[in-house]
Amino acid sequence: MAETDWPNALYDLLRANNITQFGYVPDAGHKVLIDRSLADPDAYSIPLTTEEEGVALAAGADLGGQRAVLLMQSSGVGNCINLLSLTAGCRFPLLTLISMRGDFGEGNAWQFAMGQAVEPVMKAMGVVVLRADSPADVVPTVSAAITMTFQSGQAVAVLLGQRLIGAKKF
Amino acid sequence: MARLTKLQMSSLPDAVLDRRQAVPALIERPADFLIVAGLAGTAQELSALTSESPGVFGLGGAMGAALMMGLGLALAQPRRRVLTVTGDGELLMSVGALATIALQNPPNLSIICVDNGHYGETGNQDSHTGLGVRLDVIAAGSGIPVVHRIDSEADLDEGRRLLREGTALSFILLRVKEGPPNRIKRNLVPHVERDRFRTALLG
Repeated sequence: MAETDWPNALYDLLRANNITQFGYVPDAGHKVLIDRSLADPDAYSIPLTTEEEGVALAAGADLGGQRAVLLMQSSGVGNCINLLSLTAGCRFPLLTLISMRGDFGEGNAWQFAMGQAVEPVMKAMGVVVLRADSPADVVPTVSAAITMTFQSGQAVAVLLGQRLIGAKKF
Repeated sequence: MARLTKLQMSSLPDAVLDRRQAVPALIERPADFLIVAGLAGTAQELSALTSESPGVFGLGGAMGAALMMGLGLALAQPRRRVLTVTGDGELLMSVGALATIALQNPPNLSIICVDNGHYGETGNQDSHTGLGVRLDVIAAGSGIPVVHRIDSEADLDEGRRLLREGTALSFILLRVKEGPPNRIKRNLVPHVERDRFRTALLG
């Protein structure tokens, strides 16, 4: 189940860990998570106009005692950089799941600059970077990230690689 | 010489209120609210107004974060009234957040924009609002259900009423003259800010 239907297993994992605020910029790689959050009466499904909104949303959720997750594509990571100083300075927990472009098998050259910069940029801002490249990796990796984020108070990004989600066809 | 021309759409009266009186007059008893205060003037004046109450999270950086922090807090604390208090410059960096917040529509959240039309911290350059951009119109167009503009003393009563008795998400544009906010020497260690806010609220 977890291997073949990892997006639904991932949603169940997030909800089982009391994550209630789902901030996202629409993305095909996160489609199931977004749709599940929209259908979930006990979660907030929060479409953002730009990814950095989600960094501040997660900080506000933490101030009020709730848990948030930021769903975005690799191209949105650059939009978050300065607001990650809020996360680092205040030691806010931050969990973000990033569907990758400019990665394994990418056929659109526009995606490479930001896609390849995700890991160094995140690390430069103090975010721990984990990566899942196969269906069997997803739940254990995000489960580890949840512990690191909400128990250890870290900022953690899990990159969902294109080997996992499939390269977009052109 | 390059010049910026004031937009012709603007027909608002000149701002007459002094923020040092108007902000305390509008908020009255800050202890009744959970407050996120944006960089920089509003964080300073809310710290001064409350002698650095732990119920105020004042930003010392991360410009553009205030509105969405207020949303996350308001959703997490639906039984408390939450205020996001920020300036025109800080709000202009996250105008899209008004649309994001309108879609969530938390009835316990009010956004106060203390609009002096200038970037007071960086040399007092004209801001977009000082040149005619209308944040109250943008807020209404974003879908914020209640928008109130305070141009003079006479408009303060309705603002006070909205903060305390309003039953819908609201945006209050408090237009003030140029000039410094009240300020005290305040904590600028970010993680101390987080910890004391959470401890006071969550134990």
